[in-house]
Amino acid sequence: MYDFTLTRPTTIADAVSALQGEDAQPIAGGQTLLPTMKARLAQAETFVSLTGISEMRGISAADGVLTLGGGATHATVAREAAASYPALASLAGRIGDPAVRTRGTVGGSIANNDPSACYPAGALGSGATITATGPNGSREIAADDYFQGMFATALEEGEIITKVAFPIPEKAAYEKMLQPASRFPLVAVFVAKYADGVRVAITGASTDGVFRWSEAEAALSGDFSPAAIEGLTPPSNDMISDLHGTPEYRAHLCKVLTARAVRSAQ
Amino acid sequence: MPKDHGIGASSKRREDARFLTGKGRYTDDINVAGQAHVAFLRSDVAHGRINGIDTSAAEGMPGVLRVFTAKDFEGVGGLPCGWQITSIDGNPMQEPKHPILADGKVRHVGDPIAAVVAETAAQARDAAEAIVPDIETLPAVIDMKAALAEGAPKVHDDLTSNLCYDWGFVQENKEAVDKAVAEAAHVTTLELVNNRLVANPMEPRVAVGDYALHSDESTLYTTSQNPHVIRLLMGAFVLGIPEHKLRVVAPDVGGGFGTKIFHYAEEAFCTFAAKELQRPVKWTSTRSEAFMSDAHGRDHVTKIELALDADNNFTAIRCQTYANMGAYLSTFAPSVPTWLHGTLLAGNYKTPLIYTNVKAVFTNTVPVDAYRGAGRPEATFQLERVIDMAARELGVDPVALRRQNFITEFPYATPVAVEYDTGDYEGTMTKLLAMIDRDGFAERRRQSEANGKLRGLGINCYIEACGIAPSQLVGQLGARAGLYESATVRVNATGGLVVMTGSHSHGQGHETSFAQVVADMIGIDEGQVEIVHGDTANTPMGMGTYGSRSLAVGGSAMVRATEKIIAKAKKIASHLMEASADDIELKDGKFTVAGTDKELAWGDVTLAAYVPHNYPLDEIEPGLEETAFYDPNNFTYPAGAYACEVEVDPETGKVDILAMAAADDFGNVVNPMIVEGQVHGGLAQGIGQALLENCAYDADGQLLSASYMDYAMPRAHDMPMFQVDHSSQTPCTHNPLGVKGCGEAGAIGSPPSVVNAVIDALQSGGHDVRHIDMPLTPARVWSAMNAAK
Ligand SMILES: Cc1cc2nc3c(=O)[nH]c(=O)nc-3n(C[C@H](O)[C@H](O)[C@H](O)COP(=O)(O)OP(=O)(O)OC[C@H]3O[C@@H](n4cnc5c(N)ncnc54)[C@H](O)[C@@H]3O)c2cc1C
Repeated sequence: MYDFTLTRPTTIADAVSALQGEDAQPIAGGQTLLPTMKARLAQAETFVSLTGISEMRGISAADGVLTLGGGATHATVAREAAASYPALASLAGRIGDPAVRTRGTVGGSIANNDPSACYPAGALGSGATITATGPNGSREIAADDYFQGMFATALEEGEIITKVAFPIPEKAAYEKMLQPASRFPLVAVFVAKYADGVRVAITGASTDGVFRWSEAEAALSGDFSPAAIEGLTPPSNDMISDLHGTPEYRAHLCKVLTARAVRSAQ
Repeated sequence: MPKDHGIGASSKRREDARFLTGKGRYTDDINVAGQAHVAFLRSDVAHGRINGIDTSAAEGMPGVLRVFTAKDFEGVGGLPCGWQITSIDGNPMQEPKHPILADGKVRHVGDPIAAVVAETAAQARDAAEAIVPDIETLPAVIDMKAALAEGAPKVHDDLTSNLCYDWGFVQENKEAVDKAVAEAAHVTTLELVNNRLVANPMEPRVAVGDYALHSDESTLYTTSQNPHVIRLLMGAFVLGIPEHKLRVVAPDVGGGFGTKIFHYAEEAFCTFAAKELQRPVKWTSTRSEAFMSDAHGRDHVTKIELALDADNNFTAIRCQTYANMGAYLSTFAPSVPTWLHGTLLAGNYKTPLIYTNVKAVFTNTVPVDAYRGAGRPEATFQLERVIDMAARELGVDPVALRRQNFITEFPYATPVAVEYDTGDYEGTMTKLLAMIDRDGFAERRRQSEANGKLRGLGINCYIEACGIAPSQLVGQLGARAGLYESATVRVNATGGLVVMTGSHSHGQGHETSFAQVVADMIGIDEGQVEIVHGDTANTPMGMGTYGSRSLAVGGSAMVRATEKIIAKAKKIASHLMEASADDIELKDGKFTVAGTDKELAWGDVTLAAYVPHNYPLDEIEPGLEETAFYDPNNFTYPAGAYACEVEVDPETGKVDILAMAAADDFGNVVNPMIVEGQVHGGLAQGIGQALLENCAYDADGQLLSASYMDYAMPRAHDMPMFQVDHSSQTPCTHNPLGVKGCGEAGAIGSPPSVVNAVIDALQSGGHDVRHIDMPLTPARVWSAMNAAK
């Protein structure tokens, strides 16, 4: 780890202004950042901790929308969203281990947009709205516009995620096949059924990061059953090839897990 | 009734209180006043020529005391290899130089290029990043067969090729084996890879070098399974320090699994630099460094053929193995694929003819050496896989085929140079079958099928050679060391004992089980016996802990030393009680004279030894302290039968282990709870190898599995509840405790059970999959099923 200065603002406004400084970067739970810093692969003059900002930690459900503060931890979401949005709570409850869940945050996960992370699937699969706050105030970004490929997002320099709003579906489920070493998704599928249609978001599979499988969405919007996608060829969005799976295997899992998610959706 | 103390009792591990409450004293807990820290700059390419190293920027960085490169080690020896193998043509193996810091070339990712010693660890690391090496990348050789091809790039320019040795065993049998295979009624052939593993002990390696100007003495604190071996190798071959000026201390060691046997460059560096700089020098490995600098394990590519006659009797085994040595020869690397592997190919079976050829190969990868089981897991895996495959081809029951070929009479001289003293393979198989309800399997399989899953049962046997080893024999086989063990038993005046052993625990619970043995012999409380190990300054020269040798060899030395103590104590007692020494009995800590009511307590006699007012000084010396060295006259041969039951998800290829059973014969058992713990750990590592662990390189020699993000360690979650049994006991005939050793069995016996079970499951689903190379990840299982469609 290289030397750095840590600041701990207590309001969003102070955090945003601290991030205006030279070579400043936000740090939330540190569950992605700390290991990278320890390996000397990440470095900044100043890290601005978001963990002391209480206005970023809230969780509320109203009018069919679950709103998570950007600083809400996975453990809190797993606990407090269980009644309002069980599939999302279950996604949060299966991230990493208890230590990771106690520190890691929604905002950190969505800001990082790891191609194998869980939250991007939950957000894209729910058609969530991401609130980004920066020196010019706050703006709302639709998940469809937000995720722009592996580790790439619509966030601007100096903006932080302060809120993520998830429309609550009629039924949803998250099916996660573990990568045996990291236990991140090897492939994972988030399926959500809304009154106006079904969304299917897939993570872990593509080199472009999280994506929607539109053929499956179309088929499932007509008939929300595993049989509806039986005839589809699996998606072919530049599947990842690595030690843990070939592109063919990942494409195959996309279909298997989508069917399973439909089966277990509640 | 289970015993509550002494030999056979499950005494609680006395060391656990400190381990579990964070009070252990590991090498990293040792900080010597005035210590500086070293960071190594390691190669990020697999193969390259060093055209220069610019250290000037680093030298000017804050806190830097000195930057070292290979040129600072002129006149210093390289790391030695402790075992020489002779090739079929009579030539000794090719033995490359192994410099402390890379000299002229880098040969694997992680090869140390330069070392910075600075006031703090962070300063050393900062400065190491400022070193600018000028390295011309060379083509790397990673695949063993490619490394042996004509014109392949050479890992070592001064060797004739990348072939370390070409070993044939038993060479005299080769023609007979070829003939038997040619004439067999049936031959089953299997080609397989025994996957490369990273040992991953919980405690990474650490070294602290210290030098005392006033006495001209060097001290090395290190994470070692065998401090005396390190002292001998480093003192005599690397740094030229005589043993009386060198002390090696290995305090609590947090796991080793073999990888902490070997002498490493960092140990020599810290000892050397401490003297050069007149400052203690410390190195603590990061986990990332461990992946690319701890010796790896396994990595064999093998073809095995099993020949059978028309009645399904095994008639011959022919085996061809390529064994990866990595870029340099680690301390005992050459012995692993040869004497620890070829000699075990008979397994539990009376196959009359066996021949194996092993080609050891240099590649641009981390050196490979012994890892839990070392050679014996590789032998067991190929043998037990090929037998299962033969049973399937012949349409016979795999258990019946094994039973039919079991060795049943002992001693049994195998055609591969070893003699099994005792065993009862039928006994452990019968125990195993009683544990697993094989009859109910068909019904369990039906239930799995009803849930869309495939269920499989894998059963196998194993044998290993432990209690390493008879020095004369291993000397003939190329060992450059003896393999005896030692113990000094010091009885204090008030009756307590300190036992100083040359063995060393890196998690095995010696402090508990060794104390049980000595306390039992005398009949005193275990708490009266203290076990001291790990420091060359206060223990007799011993060879350390590996090869399940500590109790069989180290414990035997302890028994011999304690016998001497008892004999002398009886003489003292006979004097005090005015009786003949032959009439003295020692039981429950009391000396009695046969046929009388005379009685003396243990403490009365020990006190007399040190306060010899009334003492036979003209016959015996005062004091009560004895040393014994024990050199075994044979290996020990633990053996057993294992079973694994799995469920495979045919949609994803994911394997779930539902049950794992182990019926072992370890001879006599001193502490059943510790034995169970050892088996559990071994099973976890065997399951890890079978399903999860894979140390993989890409074609350029970059380590793909260089962290836990990609190297899958087994977790509690991956384990079933284990069923273990060690009630089948045929005591070893040649050591005083009748013990055989249990440390490696689990890791040896379990991989074939898992793979046999998965193949059984896939076959039951109509997938004609004959073999899948470990680890059986979901992706690999799914691909194999699809390829076989
Ligand atoms: C052992 C382990 C297992 C894991 N398993 C999983 C898993 O199964 N699935 C999964 O999805 N993840 C997994 N993770 C990652 C975990 O979910 C992380 O917590 C998460 O990805 C990042 O959140 P964080 O709060 O820790 O962010 P940090 O590590 O603090 O930051 C990550 C990045 O986001 C930026 N950032 C943080 N917060 C904000 C914000 N509010 N606005 C803008 N930028 C921000 C930081 O600058 C940094 O670039 C695992 C992590 C570990 C260590």
